[in-house]
Amino acid sequence: MTTHPNTPTPTPDILLDIYRRMIRIERNDDATRRQIKLGRLRMPYYSARGQEVIPSAISAQLTRDDTICTIYRGIHDMVAKDMPLRPLWAEIAGRVDGTCKGKGGPMHLTYPELGIMVTTGVVGSSMPIANGLAWAARLDGSKRVSIAYFGDGASNIGAFHEALNLAAVWKLPVIFVCQNNGFAEHTRYENGTGCEFISTRAAGYGIAGETVDGNDPYAMYAAAHEAIRRAREGEGPTLLECKTFRFMGHVFGDQDKYMTDQEKAEALAKDPLPAFRAHLIEQGIASEEQLAALQTGIEAEVADAIEFGLASPFPSVEELRRDVFATEIPA
Amino acid sequence: MSSGVIETITMTGQQAVSAALFEAMEKDSKVLVFGEDVADREGGGVMGTTRGLSTKFGDERVKSTPIAEQAIIGAAIGAALGGYKPVAEIMLMNFTTVAMDMIVNHAAKLRFMSGGQSAVPITIRTLTGAGFQTAGQHADHLEAWFCHTAGIKVVCPSNPADYKGLLLSCIADPDPCIIIETGKTLFAPGEVPVDQGPIPLGKARIDRAGTDVTLISYSSMVLVCQAAAATLEGLGISSEIIDLRTVSPWDRGAVLASVRKTGRAVVVHEAVRSFGPGAEIAATIQEELFGALKAPVRRLGAPYSAVPFTKPLEDAWLVQPADVVAAVQSIMK
Repeated sequence: MTTHPNTPTPTPDILLDIYRRMIRIERNDDATRRQIKLGRLRMPYYSARGQEVIPSAISAQLTRDDTICTIYRGIHDMVAKDMPLRPLWAEIAGRVDGTCKGKGGPMHLTYPELGIMVTTGVVGSSMPIANGLAWAARLDGSKRVSIAYFGDGASNIGAFHEALNLAAVWKLPVIFVCQNNGFAEHTRYENGTGCEFISTRAAGYGIAGETVDGNDPYAMYAAAHEAIRRAREGEGPTLLECKTFRFMGHVFGDQDKYMTDQEKAEALAKDPLPAFRAHLIEQGIASEEQLAALQTGIEAEVADAIEFGLASPFPSVEELRRDVFATEIPA
Repeated sequence: MSSGVIETITMTGQQAVSAALFEAMEKDSKVLVFGEDVADREGGGVMGTTRGLSTKFGDERVKSTPIAEQAIIGAAIGAALGGYKPVAEIMLMNFTTVAMDMIVNHAAKLRFMSGGQSAVPITIRTLTGAGFQTAGQHADHLEAWFCHTAGIKVVCPSNPADYKGLLLSCIADPDPCIIIETGKTLFAPGEVPVDQGPIPLGKARIDRAGTDVTLISYSSMVLVCQAAAATLEGLGISSEIIDLRTVSPWDRGAVLASVRKTGRAVVVHEAVRSFGPGAEIAATIQEELFGALKAPVRRLGAPYSAVPFTKPLEDAWLVQPADVVAAVQSIMK
């Protein structure tokens, strides 16, 4: 792990902001799984429980205009970037008030006004598109950065390699954030990936690369800070490999047969959320009451979003002829 | 020059494409051009089509890329989402297969899947066509694949004026377009109006008016139909040629109006006949005009094989004017 001597220590405000994003992701994820269990939501769900630190530490340093492209396990990335929960819930329920009018669903949530540009259901496909957004940012003469989120499995698909190479050659303001949760679907990391650290692949393309503890808010803050600085200052792309663990398996209902009970128990014992919460209290950064109030507020936001989403009507069949092209297809 | 006469310049399709790119880049600073070897440092394109653009518009708007088709189309999509109008060149149509995830799953679908929030106004320029002994991985007409994907427009010019006008429309269009260039049409000279502007997408052109049979075609096969029509005229058969210009969405109105008049139709394309665009067009004609037809609709396309290398096989693979003449004669009886 690299240290970043020039990176400022996160202020208490930033630490609290990271925690706020984390708990918002976790409360929203918990509610999503509950609603699926209750039969009120019918959807494929790829929980990111356990991976909250990564997008939270990054998003705490992004502006509204910075863009992200993420993947089917990506709702945490969007919630971290302040995605409003009402249109999110309407979308995952397939309703007309959803951010995509119910036509995209949980794997394709999109919210351009906050820079949530593309959510892909295809492993690896966030990266080539993130390059284009980075190119657009530079053409605009702006300091925007473009983030591509993806998993460890995606580092083995061609799109990863084509995208990293192009980003290197064009020196694009893009950050490739690999959330390495140890499994590509059901395949263990070492059975699908030939190198010990994905970050070492960065050297093959001549770009900066680093492996970071993706469950450590301080380490994630520092690594993201440096990558964002590099991008904003025109020094080119970064590959960040953020080591983490997914607590809920590949997809909702996964029995986790491909891992031992002990392995899962050990990972759960290292859940970053309660650990960070305890740390904030211990350090006097926040009080128990303060964090409880924060959580209550978020739970109210989630409850309101569920009610809103499930009360929204389904889209009309005319929607099949809309948005195929800019001009509606005649009936 | 008398009034009503259109002033034209003689140029090749390639010169027309180049003129369209210069004009579009000049008019709109959001237009970008990129692909393998397209910048002047690399010769301005393997065929020289993009020569001069990077010198005039700079290295940031006109960029050569690595040989990485997924990265090229991905960058085009991202730049489009960022407000630009990228014209991405995929050197040969067979190489679009490398970028199919980006084209089919993303470029074509993001508008729909985002509920209309994401526009992807990209233009993909690509070259193909048999007849140059380039065999099975450099000459395929894969337009049917794209026609079958909702959300992308498939454009197939046959002459220099259309190359310019249709490319201008593709670049200005709010949706993704793939414009297919062919070796046989790109280097043939033709007359292009000096003020040739955009030609609307989805509208066919009547290449030749006639009364006995409608030949429906696009791209290089328009030239084959023109040769066949000349022969047929000598045999006393009057052919109407419809150049579709845009294969998807195609101009049903123009095709149906012509066939309603002639009562006979032959669809001619270079692509493999099986499951080709001709099947869609023939089926539509028969659904809509069953009672008005004087003969079954015929389809001509390549046999179900890869494009062969050796000349005798390649000639046999391609639809020839004589094939069109024979098909028309078979339905004139």
